[in-house]
Amino acid sequence: MTDRPITEDDLHAYIDGRLDAARNEEVSAYLDKHPDVANRFASYSIQRTLLQGVFDPIAGEPVPSRLNLNHIIATRRQNRVSNWRLAAAAVLLFVGGSGGWYMRDMMVPPTEGVVALGREASDSFATYAGDRTRPVELRADNMVELVGWATERMGRKPVLPDLSKSGYRLMGGRVVSTPHGAGLMLMYDNDQGTRLVMLTRPMAVDQTRTMTPHSQGKVDGWAWASNGMGYSLVGSLPSEALHPLADDIRRQVQGEA
Amino acid sequence: MIPALRRYARGFVHDAVAADDLVQDCLERVISHWHRRRNDDARTWVFAILHNLAVSRLRQAARRGQHVAIEEIADDLMAHPPTQEDDLARTDVVSAIQQLPEEPRSVLLLVAVEDLSYAQVAEVLAIPIGTVMSRLSRARERLRQILESPARGVRPGSHLRRVK
Repeated sequence: MTDRPITEDDLHAYIDGRLDAARNEEVSAYLDKHPDVANRFASYSIQRTLLQGVFDPIAGEPVPSRLNLNHIIATRRQNRVSNWRLAAAAVLLFVGGSGGWYMRDMMVPPTEGVVALGREASDSFATYAGDRTRPVELRADNMVELVGWATERMGRKPVLPDLSKSGYRLMGGRVVSTPHGAGLMLMYDNDQGTRLVMLTRPMAVDQTRTMTPHSQGKVDGWAWASNGMGYSLVGSLPSEALHPLADDIRRQVQGEA
Repeated sequence: MIPALRRYARGFVHDAVAADDLVQDCLERVISHWHRRRNDDARTWVFAILHNLAVSRLRQAARRGQHVAIEEIADDLMAHPPTQEDDLARTDVVSAIQQLPEEPRSVLLLVAVEDLSYAQVAEVLAIPIGTVMSRLSRARERLRQILESPARGVRPGSHLRRVK
């Protein structure tokens, strides 16, 4: 215990949680001995809670589209504001370190989680689906080898979903690189030659996540995660057409898990 | 951070659309004034921009004789359906905070709702930390007097009545 007298500032800092542990104890001991002061500050503390109760729901509301920084930046860009400044401001607003920067993943395109997975799947689709020479490394008649290869590289045994009921045959697959390690790309096609790509990889972020649509240029897709594995099904099909297929895959994957 | 900015703006301007106008102005200024940023704490810098916009908006409105009004925030803030008992306590605190002058009110909202440190509040408002503490003290005591004033008509069930 120090001999420093307790000040009004200390008492405010006490209810605002701004004291270090030692001082906190001193103030607490002081309040035990001074019930009048204790009552007054208990009342302030309740004010604090009530104010939060009134104002906090506002922060829980969805952010209106016009306050989306991407939109503001897009408008600005037409006015030729330099890109580095926009990037710097985006970083400042949404990636900053100190507490309270809660909106990070609403504004900066996330580099992790199922959103990143969806982008990786779209990239794989863009690279391999149009490949006439060797779209897949191992063909479907080599499934055992494909599963063994993917298991070794990902550290998890993948499930190869069967979409034949919907008219899509498994062509085969390959291990692909993603910013988050090795993933397994599977490719399917139907009688019209329409190709679909499914990418699966272990997830560090978003271990379990409900299915959400994503879109990149003309490639649409659905991504989700369950039990630490992420999945994204993509194709040049309307999102609604892909949805039942993605649901089917999810069912099969969960059945196996 | 944008949700916090919206929340703080709502302490100044009653309707959500007008409050979001402030936030939008603030974000545009953040982008265009980025190169002029002096302090290292981005959060206080952004809050300072918003605060200054809000205050000048209030002054303009006052000059034009409009009643922009914190007095009107009550309805808007009460739009969230709370439980009945909460409801009473919230009505109390909303009507009480409306009666505070702008300066102590800002300090109290930054401290209690935005959870800024006293040093950060001093930076946002560009005032010495001693002034932050005296405004905070004034705001809390005034709010307590309003909430506990016998003239207000006792409401059984209100949390604050039990505090005495």
